[in-house]
Amino acid sequence: MYFGTLLLAWWLIAAASGPTAYANVQAFTGSIIGKLILFGYTWALLHHLVSGMRYFVWDLGYGFKANEREALTWGALIAGISLTVLVWIIAYAVGGGR
Amino acid sequence: MSGPSSMRTPLERVRGLGSAHTGTSDFWRQRLTAVAMTLLIVPVLVVILMLIGRNHAGAAQILGSIPIAIILLLFIVASTWHMKIGMQIVIEDYVHSEKVKLACVMANNFFCVAVALASIYAILKLSSGV
Repeated sequence: MYFGTLLLAWWLIAAASGPTAYANVQAFTGSIIGKLILFGYTWALLHHLVSGMRYFVWDLGYGFKANEREALTWGALIAGISLTVLVWIIAYAVGGGR
Repeated sequence: MSGPSSMRTPLERVRGLGSAHTGTSDFWRQRLTAVAMTLLIVPVLVVILMLIGRNHAGAAQILGSIPIAIILLLFIVASTWHMKIGMQIVIEDYVHSEKVKLACVMANNFFCVAVALASIYAILKLSSGV
């Protein structure tokens, strides 16, 4: 999460800097390693999102029973993976793999 | 001091406590930024997906458009703030040396502010079209 924001910052700064800098970002995100890191970051971000939503439930006073906590945790894991795969399917559908 | 006969409310007793001595404000801000990002994640993902496969000129044009710049600015403020609080909580819980803790909290603040301001500057530059 923490260092993934550096990728976001790098990408925005490159876009503001000019075509050469932006081409460097695209070369990175187009490489196998870059794609792996981006895929991992997508999963980390979306897992953090759905996993964090459990706190909204708990803050509202629900979901404290053992079986409910189990279900929420498994749900977050599955939803995070599903959403990550979904985002990447859309990404390939619109961009043809960058 | 705060036994059953105390007239102090539970809220009053927790104010000013916590390892950062700022009581519950970090808890509230962490929830606030979390809700903000939960709302913003779909538009942000749409923006990122819109940029796939575009060259620099196309990407710069999209990033500089008013609604997209505002969505990204909101997300950057919420995310860097959220990550600053989150990392600080981890530091305060696990770094037990007072001096090292101070240095870590300071470095965390510098990092988060730097990421935030660099990103904000980049978006504003793209928006002003120079």
